[in-house]
Amino acid sequence: MVKIKRKLVQIITAISTNSYIAGFIKGDIYKGKLKQFCVPGLNCYSCPGALGSCPIGSLQAVIGSAKYQISFYVLGIITFFGSLLGRFVCGWLCPFGLIQEWIHKIPSKKLRISSKNPAKYLKYIILLVFVIVLPMFVVNRIGMGDPFFCKYICPAGTLEAGIPLIILNPSLRQAIGAIFSWKVFLLLLTIVASIFIARPFCRFICPLGAIYGMFNPISFYKLRVADEKCVRCNKCTKACPIVIETYKTPNSPECIRCGECIQACPTNAITSSFSLKEGDGTKGVNSKKAEIQ
Amino acid sequence: MAMIKKERLRIGLLIVSLIFILVGLYREEVMTVLVKAINICLECVGIG
Repeated sequence: MVKIKRKLVQIITAISTNSYIAGFIKGDIYKGKLKQFCVPGLNCYSCPGALGSCPIGSLQAVIGSAKYQISFYVLGIITFFGSLLGRFVCGWLCPFGLIQEWIHKIPSKKLRISSKNPAKYLKYIILLVFVIVLPMFVVNRIGMGDPFFCKYICPAGTLEAGIPLIILNPSLRQAIGAIFSWKVFLLLLTIVASIFIARPFCRFICPLGAIYGMFNPISFYKLRVADEKCVRCNKCTKACPIVIETYKTPNSPECIRCGECIQACPTNAITSSFSLKEGDGTKGVNSKKAEIQ
Repeated sequence: MAMIKKERLRIGLLIVSLIFILVGLYREEVMTVLVKAINICLECVGIG
């Protein structure tokens, strides 16, 4: 039931935030005032259908502008979503997460990489270097920096904006060069990786996931494990696409809140809640250690 | 004690986020976001 509900929410969110049909017909983008608001997930604002702005693109745009060094507005929006939902955004509201999940359905041998794999730290490095430091310090003569993450890494931008616009807009087609080829290569890499690994981009690359992950241990939305019910059968870990030991780390920064562990638990020890209160004595086994990991 | 700290942190972060949004609006950062978003981002597309 949770699976269907989540899929529905993902599809409705993806469609409703990318419903500017005229953009897909004309090969252009929406230019209205809704674009001043950021959507919670990674959704390129140059997607022909996009009605809102990507938080990571917007963060770089403000940091890289000549006028500002930091964006209170975008950081405020990300902190707002993060403190309420944490990585629930990744699991339920991000269109690029949904795309990776669909690709992962392609029949193949699946690789289950532990959530403890050090590759998870790559996304924090990308956040620091490509989203903050480079746009802030590598600037032109008038003090403007490039959105380095969008320009050199983001496969969501290539898929949602680059390819549709190149197909629909002949003038843009004439301008493609080496960077476009590089980005298409990264997109193909992401697609191939997504066939074998669940959500590889979210787990290892996404700077927005890195930020929301830091909120997971303290967000209003949280998972709880009832110690007295948990039999440590590890079925939650086996069901988790990110391979998190949920019974030990219910609020791991890697958890995308898909709810698979809740479904898999034979004793109903795992529950989710949205509340200010920390709990009623139900918490993860070794929970202090858990929150740190 | 740790639980109370976490609950306070939750409320604190939510308040900070709203203050940040207001500060951003006051500094007119939203115009920078809007201008960037209503023009095709050549970097995002892979051209710029």
